[in-house]
Amino acid sequence: MTVATVAGKARLGDRVFRGAAVTAGALILVVLAAVALFLIVEALPALGAPAETYGAKAESFWSYVAPFAFGTVWAAVLALLMAVPVAIGIALFISHYAPRRLAQGLGYVIDLLAAVPSVVYGLWGITVLAPLVQPFYVSLSESFGWIPLLAGPVSGTGRTILTVAIVLAVMVLPIITALCREVFLQTPRLREEAALALGATRWEMVRMTVLPFGRPGIISAAMLGLGRALGETMAVAMVLSPSAVISFFLLTSQNPNTIAANIALNFPEASGLGVNLLIATGLVLFVITLAVNMIARAIVARFKEFSGATE
Amino acid sequence: MSHTPNTLTAGRLAPAALWGLLAASLAVSTALFGLIAASNGSALNIIGLVVAAGALYLAASWAISRVVEGRRRALDRLMTAAVTAAFLLALVPLISLAVTAFVNGLARFDATFFTWSMRNVVGAGGGALAAIVGTLFITGAAIIISVPIGLMTAIYLVEYGTGRMARIVTFLVDVMTGIPSIVAGLFAYALLSLVFQDPGYRAGFGGAIALSLLMIPVVVRSTEEMLRLVPSELREASLALGVPKWRTIVKVVLPTAVAGIVTGVMISISRIIGETAPLLLVAGATASMNYNLFAERMMTLPVFVYTQYMNQGTDSQAYIDRAWTGALTLILIVALLNIGARIIAKLAAPKGER
Repeated sequence: MTVATVAGKARLGDRVFRGAAVTAGALILVVLAAVALFLIVEALPALGAPAETYGAKAESFWSYVAPFAFGTVWAAVLALLMAVPVAIGIALFISHYAPRRLAQGLGYVIDLLAAVPSVVYGLWGITVLAPLVQPFYVSLSESFGWIPLLAGPVSGTGRTILTVAIVLAVMVLPIITALCREVFLQTPRLREEAALALGATRWEMVRMTVLPFGRPGIISAAMLGLGRALGETMAVAMVLSPSAVISFFLLTSQNPNTIAANIALNFPEASGLGVNLLIATGLVLFVITLAVNMIARAIVARFKEFSGATE
Repeated sequence: MSHTPNTLTAGRLAPAALWGLLAASLAVSTALFGLIAASNGSALNIIGLVVAAGALYLAASWAISRVVEGRRRALDRLMTAAVTAAFLLALVPLISLAVTAFVNGLARFDATFFTWSMRNVVGAGGGALAAIVGTLFITGAAIIISVPIGLMTAIYLVEYGTGRMARIVTFLVDVMTGIPSIVAGLFAYALLSLVFQDPGYRAGFGGAIALSLLMIPVVVRSTEEMLRLVPSELREASLALGVPKWRTIVKVVLPTAVAGIVTGVMISISRIIGETAPLLLVAGATASMNYNLFAERMMTLPVFVYTQYMNQGTDSQAYIDRAWTGALTLILIVALLNIGARIIAKLAAPKGER
């Protein structure tokens, strides 16, 4: 504004360039609005569709999507339960335990896990991991079958929801680790040194300064990992032997499918209302991940306000 | 740490004792699993052996340290070992993945694989040329769409954006980062099938749109970060010389940050080049070559891997081999992109941080 008044009139080049930049910014807005709009438009016909659209097992859209929504959340939560403790351990190892010189290189090694395409994870999960864990599942169910989660009959292929959760855990490990590592490194040096000076062992120092300081960061990292796990498609589609059930059993061959995998498996052959139905389930997935990500961002934002830590 | 009697080190375990303990746990566990393997004639269970040795070491070192050093130091040792174990645990899938991909992928890593399509191929033979060409076309189109938009959005956020609109755009870029890839695919399909009034719409262009949706936020984020690193003195010096703002950005700000921007773009390419789900939905799968982005199905490398594995013919080994070779090719492409990005970042790094 002030520049314009001094120069009398903004230069043509400036106006054009500024216009282009603002347009690009606005385009982001338009694109996201379009995503929501087009998905809703294409999803609406599925809501009031005749009952036979939903297949044999469901009579309304909500009873069709419920098992998939359950499977999506269940697999992602299981993955998170495995990934978060390991990720915190790795992050601590890199930030506070490994020799300083090695730390960065070790960080790259973990980042390599993020570079592997998801279809390769799927291939690995079904050809390597599933046969590997199957005998382990059998003995697990034999010894701990009285725990309801681990009840049999055990799947003969190992392609169960637990295997899927392991693959998902490996896939979300790098993102959770990277975020935790960053937060842990921001722990005020003086607090750590104060703890050590008072005679704390290294673990006591970590427990008293690093973990409390990093707690909001850990939570938001876990939420972002959850968002990633919820939307993951190919690994689930390839590894899981699916059926449309709501079941908490980890080791049987009756596994709840996820929304994303269900779309990937059925979309290529879908037609007519079937396409709309799948898009409607996609919209449900979009809403779930959006909610999870927003909560994560809100936690990060609060954290920044209160801790005084910068980026 | 010295081994002479010393009040400072008294009551501490010597490092050598812990290494000895590790060796002992390995030996005990090997003996145990060796006995089991010998007694029922099965193969040596290496995973069980290592896990048991690790658990044994954890327990033994904790117990000994507890006696010699006290409760607090014992816990410290336990946690150090646990944290190290977490790191080693993460290496297991990484190594297993790399080894499997190389061993299985080399079976078909030959000239035929890179010069043949799958048209009229049943059983052995055939290759991924159609898929590689499709991946190049679709990824190229996605780059052409997302780099200008991402770059200009980042410039807007750093150089022009103030107040409410900039905050909203920042927030929406965050939201875009979280869009599941399959939803991006559904969007591209919904958009294009409505625009062209074709419910069976499949074309490479749709894949490019879906990938752009995933790529733009990554480009914006990394470019934004790089532009913020450019010292404002540079901008002020240029503006003070009477250079228009847009020329300042184009001639001063962007060249200073170019290495970081290129690195960011390469990382974002490596992120999307392995995307499967959206391409499976909108670009579809085909056995034939297709050089036209705007018509007909177009094969891509990740979808090639998926379809080869999922639709195995009677000679299933040929299909599995092709899938693994495709996977290996993908891994190599992604690795090259990442290494290239790091090299560029290293070579040009001093420029921005002077």
